[in-house]
Amino acid sequence: MTYMQDTVLKMNGICKSFPGVRALQNVDFTLCEGEIHALMGENGAGKSTLIKVLTGVYTKDAGEIYLKGNNKPVHIKSPEEAQKLGISTVYQEINLCPNLTVAENLFIGRSNNLFVNWKEMNKKAEQVLTGLGIQAKPTKQLSACSIAVQQMVAIARAVDMDCKVLILDEPTSSLDDQEVAKLFKLMRELKSRGVGIIFVTHFLDQVYEVCDKITVLRGGELVGEYQVKDLPKVELVAKMLGKELGDLASIHNEAQSADDKKKEAVIEAEGLQSVSGIKPFNFTAYKGEVTGFAGLLGSGRSECVRAIFGADRVIKGRLKIKGEPVHVSSPIKAMKKGVGYLSEDRKRDGIIGDLSVRENIILALQVMKGFFRPFSKAQAQAFADEYIKLLDIKTASADTPVNALSGGNQQKVILARWLLTHPDYLILDEPTRGIDIGTKVEIQKLVLKLASEGMSITFISSEIEEMLRTCSRLIVMRDLNVVGELKGEDMTQDKIMYTIAGGVSQNEQKQ
Amino acid sequence: MSKNSNKQGSKAFAAAIKNVVRHRLFIPIAFLAILILLNVFINPGFLRISMGRDSAGNPVLIGNLINILNNATELVILAIGMTLVTAASKGQDISVGANIAIVGGVIMRLLCGNETQPTQLHAPVIVAFLLGCLAGMLCGAFNGILVARFNIQPMIATLILFTAGRSIGSMVMGGLKPKAVSSFGIYGNFIPGFPVPTPIIITLVVIIITFIALKRTNLGLYTRAVGINDKASRLNGLNPALVKFITFVIMGLCVGVAGFIQSSRVQTVNPYTIVPSIEMDVILAVALGGNSLSGGKFNMAGSVIGAYTIQTLTSMLTTLNVNTNAVPVFKAAIIIVLVIIQTPIVKSFFSKRAILSRLTAGSGKERS
Repeated sequence: MTYMQDTVLKMNGICKSFPGVRALQNVDFTLCEGEIHALMGENGAGKSTLIKVLTGVYTKDAGEIYLKGNNKPVHIKSPEEAQKLGISTVYQEINLCPNLTVAENLFIGRSNNLFVNWKEMNKKAEQVLTGLGIQAKPTKQLSACSIAVQQMVAIARAVDMDCKVLILDEPTSSLDDQEVAKLFKLMRELKSRGVGIIFVTHFLDQVYEVCDKITVLRGGELVGEYQVKDLPKVELVAKMLGKELGDLASIHNEAQSADDKKKEAVIEAEGLQSVSGIKPFNFTAYKGEVTGFAGLLGSGRSECVRAIFGADRVIKGRLKIKGEPVHVSSPIKAMKKGVGYLSEDRKRDGIIGDLSVRENIILALQVMKGFFRPFSKAQAQAFADEYIKLLDIKTASADTPVNALSGGNQQKVILARWLLTHPDYLILDEPTRGIDIGTKVEIQKLVLKLASEGMSITFISSEIEEMLRTCSRLIVMRDLNVVGELKGEDMTQDKIMYTIAGGVSQNEQKQ
Repeated sequence: MSKNSNKQGSKAFAAAIKNVVRHRLFIPIAFLAILILLNVFINPGFLRISMGRDSAGNPVLIGNLINILNNATELVILAIGMTLVTAASKGQDISVGANIAIVGGVIMRLLCGNETQPTQLHAPVIVAFLLGCLAGMLCGAFNGILVARFNIQPMIATLILFTAGRSIGSMVMGGLKPKAVSSFGIYGNFIPGFPVPTPIIITLVVIIITFIALKRTNLGLYTRAVGINDKASRLNGLNPALVKFITFVIMGLCVGVAGFIQSSRVQTVNPYTIVPSIEMDVILAVALGGNSLSGGKFNMAGSVIGAYTIQTLTSMLTTLNVNTNAVPVFKAAIIIVLVIIQTPIVKSFFSKRAILSRLTAGSGKERS
């Protein structure tokens, strides 16, 4: 094996399996001194597993890890050991002590002295912080600092502990643009000091702004390592999604293109923005049409529909439902206007686990009907029976707790819940994630059928093929911006990927 | 052949047993039954109810069962409120005892004014009752705002009134300990000429109202949904904070009713000693009823039975002439057993492996 002079970290043939899943298969990763290296991949690609193997949270099943300064492969058994070897991680959720001061956080647990010389500690902290250009007072309590500063303190701590490999796991997700710029400045400073940085993010533009190299993972396997300058954005998108450019013409688009002019608008959003961090967006949904939001993980697909449903607090913009201006301050207002929302995270936001299938099905309609007007048991049972039959939900009875069902059937229960409310506009956010292929096809067919009956549907999926099959119009998103809209002939995987990579934000178009 | 039918018979029997054992009320009812049997064993006349006369010469029912039903009143009413609070907020209200002192203070102040031994009521009883309930509901609303709006843990939020409530009760009465005229006593004792203690009637009415409310409104569905998954509940149009708040206000109403009965029992209120540590008994009643103290699904009938179980236990220890100071120790010992039996570990051992496979043992490869 040959080493380049400045390689700090080399991972060879890393494998890691969990019961039923092969999370990493033979993955290689190399990091050089003074390099910012992006680790990219969609859900389940294996990014976090790789990071956790590197930081000793998981033990690898096979493979070798070489660190500069060690002749033999190292075995990292715990996060403490990783830290001793010079591998530090800064997570999105900062794991420092918010109730301590900045200086204490920098030095806590790093000396064996029983007594603390506060003056000296604060002085040392000041030096470290100014050396890195971080504007924070050492004596300030950490929780009083902004998230960005907290993150930088965490980075400063890692750097001061002489780390050679710094892992930044989604550090920019909760930062605003200015804070991101500051963070990048700090990253470049560290780069010039020779620290190797692994940057995990799903913001494409940030990768191209600050990184030198990109390693792409997909489905637990290494796709490849690329120089940023050699890899156009669109190819990166293609690699992350696992599609080849140019070779996709064969996909048949079954969905019909809607003629905007004749159709009646159900949802009209103008400059809508919510607390979730998405940039203002415009969106219109017409009667009898299936629309889709396409984009990579974290691009803001769900956040857009959540704003329309009132799930996230709307802070700006106008929304009209069926031509009528409304302010959806909470989901119930949207529901009463005929909007339904099947949420992305079924377990967390969808099912009410211990309640029965029947109660889960009637819940939304029951809430709309009102507190003092419960359905009779017979009526509720009739609703449940109707939809159990219609959607072919496999359950022992309507009394079975919903968490005893399989994922696909749970999803059908939630689908039944919203169909029962007979919405004019139904949002399906990842309705097919984690469910078997048969159910997937059933749900896709159902979506088309409902649309043909006049319902307006927004269908969001991580699988582009699925969107192409079901949607007649696609809103394309990148980095929390709407960057394009595709319909009819334009709806091909290539076009989608080009738009994700190079589309211009709605907000910039206006200016 | 005979072997086969035998097998089927034992299978059907096992299934029947399983249905009974698996019923959500099985354990609470079994506890109560065992306690009552124990009492009968200790005191064969335990179940006897006879007609006697009170000091005024009116006919009244006497007997251990009547005493238990009578004395359990406050516990039962509070357990109803506590069940809802537990289900929705995943925590308990520990201020109920102190809030009863506040309610009692309000009622005595209204009925007695500034006198210590008034010869007449200073306000109609109905006014005192309604304002007492209002005071209870205000306490509940205070707790509810802290829990629902500010997301403070219920135990911490209610610690405030737990600490301050009894003193507030004393302040409300202006530091006096007035005694109302005995005519106020009919709500906590007997209506002259009617042999059943009034608290039993009130308990019955409260229980009936509760079950009607659970049937005729979505109170049950909403509290369970919010307790199980408040994020998903919100996306179904519910307002989880409002639902939690309402359960605390209902708890407050229960405190109001219980405080009214308690004040009427001896027509006076000592805020510092009234219903001592009742909050713990109430929480235990909810737990004994088979409810998870971490919220979600609830079993109202179970809580009511649980409250009666605790009262039976208390009265049993009194019958046994256990030293008053030692009662809590015995109570604790028995409660440990009751609670451990209800833990999932023991439950699964008894309901599935043990009972099913033992009953069908020998009849083949039955597996649970």
